[in-house]
Amino acid sequence: MTRLSTTFSAPRPALVAFITAGDGDTAANLDALVEGGADVIELGMPFTDPMADGPAIQAANIRALGNGTKTANVFALATAFRARHPDVPLVLMGYANPMIRRGPDWFADACAAAGVDGIICVDLAPEEDEDLGPALRARGIAPIRLATPTTDEARLPRVLDGSSGFLYYVSVAGITGKQAAAIVSIEANVARIKQHSDLPVAVGFGVRTPEQAAEIARVADGVVVGSAFVDLVAKHGTDAPEHLRELAAQLAEAIHTAR
Amino acid sequence: MTEQKPNSFRTQPDDRGHFGQFGGRYVAETLMPLVLDLEREYRKAQADPAFKAQFDDLLEHYVGRPSPLYFAPRLTEELGGAQIWFKRDELNHTGAHKINNCIGQILLAMRMGKKRIIAETGAGQHGVATATVCARFGLPCIVYMGAEDVRRQSPNVFRMKLLGAQIVPVTAGRGTLKDAMNEALRDWVANVHDTFYIIGTAAGPHPYPELVRDFQSVIGREARAQMLSRTGKLPDLAVACIGGGSNAIGLFHPFLDDPEVRLLGVEAAGKGLDGDEHAASLAGGFPGVLHGNKTYLLQDEDGQITEGHSISAGLDYPGIGPEHAWLKETGRVEYTSATDEEALEAFQLLCRTEGIIPALEPSHAIAAVAKVAPTMDKDQTILMNLCGRGDKDIFTVAEALGVEI
Repeated sequence: MTRLSTTFSAPRPALVAFITAGDGDTAANLDALVEGGADVIELGMPFTDPMADGPAIQAANIRALGNGTKTANVFALATAFRARHPDVPLVLMGYANPMIRRGPDWFADACAAAGVDGIICVDLAPEEDEDLGPALRARGIAPIRLATPTTDEARLPRVLDGSSGFLYYVSVAGITGKQAAAIVSIEANVARIKQHSDLPVAVGFGVRTPEQAAEIARVADGVVVGSAFVDLVAKHGTDAPEHLRELAAQLAEAIHTAR
Repeated sequence: MTEQKPNSFRTQPDDRGHFGQFGGRYVAETLMPLVLDLEREYRKAQADPAFKAQFDDLLEHYVGRPSPLYFAPRLTEELGGAQIWFKRDELNHTGAHKINNCIGQILLAMRMGKKRIIAETGAGQHGVATATVCARFGLPCIVYMGAEDVRRQSPNVFRMKLLGAQIVPVTAGRGTLKDAMNEALRDWVANVHDTFYIIGTAAGPHPYPELVRDFQSVIGREARAQMLSRTGKLPDLAVACIGGGSNAIGLFHPFLDDPEVRLLGVEAAGKGLDGDEHAASLAGGFPGVLHGNKTYLLQDEDGQITEGHSISAGLDYPGIGPEHAWLKETGRVEYTSATDEEALEAFQLLCRTEGIIPALEPSHAIAAVAKVAPTMDKDQTILMNLCGRGDKDIFTVAEALGVEI
């Protein structure tokens, strides 16, 4: 059992919480998310050109890079997190270029050494899997793929092939942090994915409130919340942890008791 | 192990859109089905004589093709070496080569039933060309442009507005061309059902680098036939400037399998290759992934993209089309660079000797020609793509020369 499969084998749905590495006091913020009840941590690797992200996470990327965040700092944060939280799954999310800059083996080794469980690479299509996938799989790190409302029946097997950990269902065709999708559409799409795969399905993009989260948790294995947390980091700076803990607790409560 | 030279340089990309290790499709999953659709539709269009007929007809009667091939006698005499010939793509409607590609892409958009066109632009040339074809075909046009560029390029902004386009100033990031492209991609991903993205250069996810090259190859096909007809032989050297590289690949591609023709691409060296203020991705960058393709990029050791600099806004992009990356690695095309200062000198040289005001982009190519022509024999020929006219640049040039107008 991996940390991810253990978490998703629990009978209750999971809260997957995202923040950007290097934006604010990341270590304290991560601890607050776990204390609040986040089941999986998704840590964003900052990039100069986050083209799938909306204004909230774009700004977080710029703040993080402005703070001088390097790839080495991201792995130092991950390593320290793993030491403090041996059982909480940690996933890195980001864009292909920073991940492949020093070669796939370097990156996968660094992930393994830091105790990273999975990788979400937004702009690495399954068609370009060889740039990262084989190196990750060889070290037992899950390449976590995204499926979207535009991923049709014919394409879904391609997305699922070689992916592990969980499948990230992007509920809207769009960028992060904007509008949420209608629950009927989410339910139908999650059911469709489940026909093709045994992987847990976590749903994200546009989820901000406990009410939305609960609704999704009734039909999915996990709910991803990002921009709402990132907004709190932006607004409260060094005072962010208490606010993150509070929102995580509300979301976790709503998700864990949804069914 | 020695690398096998390909039998032909004109058969790329492979069926996955790769030019050697470059190119490919590096986009968010939301866009993948659309990009695959575009490829299918492009293959159908390629096989459809009606598509080609409509494209050729618009190029002839709307754009004004074929563009002339012009022998430059006074420049040749001044440089004292090879004979210099210009492919006059600056005489096209809208004043640059960009329109060739926009005509092709909007015809594809209409075949696909798309109702809304988006584009990115730096200096505004591609934005003007896109707004032009949208007006011609009655489709709404949204142009993403860095806020700083909107301020600096106000004549082009007004042109686009006259043509009915909506200009969206981009303040995200540093408000440059690459940020405008990021924003266009964000629009596209949120409007995939009805929107076509007209990319301005031979870059982006497959099939864009291929189809932009194909639409721009009219430059090289015409020039090759014109050189044969006027001089009785192929040129000894063909030269073009490179930002993303669409005019250069359009000129070079029809010559790739003519080994006797040397090919030279000229990047923007800005304030010099030894510092950070240049836009020479091949000379100063490393392979990486941005905006849908793998290619040479200006980036730091962590893979963060760095800002390009050039006096020419059209060359000021931190990447380059993937086919150029491959042509560099195979050695078929040579790449060099010209600084802001050299481009400014070349700009004035052409004004003075030939009565042609070139854009700052091809002024970089002229600078390279000015270096190489004197080293060649007088019976040799150089073909250079004069890809844009300089009306848009007179304010920039005046400022650089310290002249108030």
